[in-house]
Amino acid sequence: MPSLGADMVAGTLTEWYKHPGDAIHRGDIIAAVDTDKGSIDVEVFDDGVLDQIVVQEGQKVPVGTLLALIRSPGAAPSAPVTTPVPMPAAARAEATTAAAPAPPLHPEAPGTRLRVSPLARRLAAERGVDLATIRGSGEGGTILREDIEAAASAGDRPARMRRAIAAAMTRSKREIPHFYLTSTVDFGPASVWLARWNGERKPAERMLPAVLLLKATALALLEFSELNARWEDDRVQPAEAIHLGVATSLRGGGLVVPALHHVNRKTLPPLMEELRDLVQRARSGTLRSSDLTDGTITVTSLGERSADMVLGVIYPPQTAIVGFGAVVERPWVVGGAVVPRPVITVSLAADHRASDGHRGAAFLATIERLLQAPEEL
Amino acid sequence: MTRAEVKQAVVDALLGVVPEARPAEIDPTAPLRDQVDIDSMDFINFIVALDEALGVDVPESEYGRLSTLGACVDYLAERLGVPATSA
Repeated sequence: MPSLGADMVAGTLTEWYKHPGDAIHRGDIIAAVDTDKGSIDVEVFDDGVLDQIVVQEGQKVPVGTLLALIRSPGAAPSAPVTTPVPMPAAARAEATTAAAPAPPLHPEAPGTRLRVSPLARRLAAERGVDLATIRGSGEGGTILREDIEAAASAGDRPARMRRAIAAAMTRSKREIPHFYLTSTVDFGPASVWLARWNGERKPAERMLPAVLLLKATALALLEFSELNARWEDDRVQPAEAIHLGVATSLRGGGLVVPALHHVNRKTLPPLMEELRDLVQRARSGTLRSSDLTDGTITVTSLGERSADMVLGVIYPPQTAIVGFGAVVERPWVVGGAVVPRPVITVSLAADHRASDGHRGAAFLATIERLLQAPEEL
Repeated sequence: MTRAEVKQAVVDALLGVVPEARPAEIDPTAPLRDQVDIDSMDFINFIVALDEALGVDVPESEYGRLSTLGACVDYLAERLGVPATSA
């Protein structure tokens, strides 16, 4: 059972897409699990044969539990494993998955009689589930007890997600000695450059300011590896790559933090495409678990809602979170004269065990410097 | 094309971006952002969808003219040359 973040402790195996003896290939989706963050598909990153299934459909198991065994092509089948067992931490760290949307709900056409098992009908009444919103998985579309339980579980999801966020943020505030820095920077050059870029292109090729902010953050991190890191085993452990977790609000409430990968290596147009895809998948419930596990630092922006500044809470075991407020017009001194200028307040909340204020301030200054030359991002 | 068809295209584009939206409940004179909880990413996707559906490329400098459902229809109808009195 892969971990989708510090706030996930268990998941329910809801469906196996592959069966013992099936050939599997890197990237295949082999199972689905239900978590507090939604329904997530389990993907594999090796070729082989599905040797045996250890956790059966419907079982809820802790993070790290062995779900199945995969053998190399040509290898002999392994001895049967009958009891779910936790994986070693090292192997757990390599476990990866992908996310899929919950099954679409198709209300019956008006006048169509629903086929519902008596047990499912009673359960639906008990748990307040509207049968018209359920697609039955039984023969001929018959709604079964399992369908009602799944629907009731999905209905609880906002509350479960709230609890998951509460657990992670409480742990963060309890364990991580945060320090905070802010810097209001001139966004004029970036605004001018972006307006020119967008003015010359069709809507599908236009970019948002967020893309410039993400790229500037990633490039700045190249010089501040302790902020792109994990705090584990009483020491800071810099990440090998820069994967920005992008805090993304969900319309039903709550948020997820999927990762944009290798942001420092990419040019702005593909980053915009990836950001667009990531946000769309976050809001449609089709994230892969690797999206949710790979973030090495979090970036959050509340400028959309006109907040001038955001002071974030670090997502453990990360060591920092970068925040962006709204781009606003403010009086600004340029060449000795006060002029109106678009500015943005950049914030850093960092783990004082991993870094200090001097380094944090230098990091913010680096972001500011990078934003003054947007054409080089 | 009629105004009704322009409005339907706007609603379709909006639903493509925000499937949870309930068009019948949208006040055509109130800001869309407040009613259907869209952000700048949703809005740019909305603009892309309008471009694909109607062939109208809305310049970034005119995004402000699409703040309400009614304003969207007015703006697009104007760009498409749809008579104000068409059904």
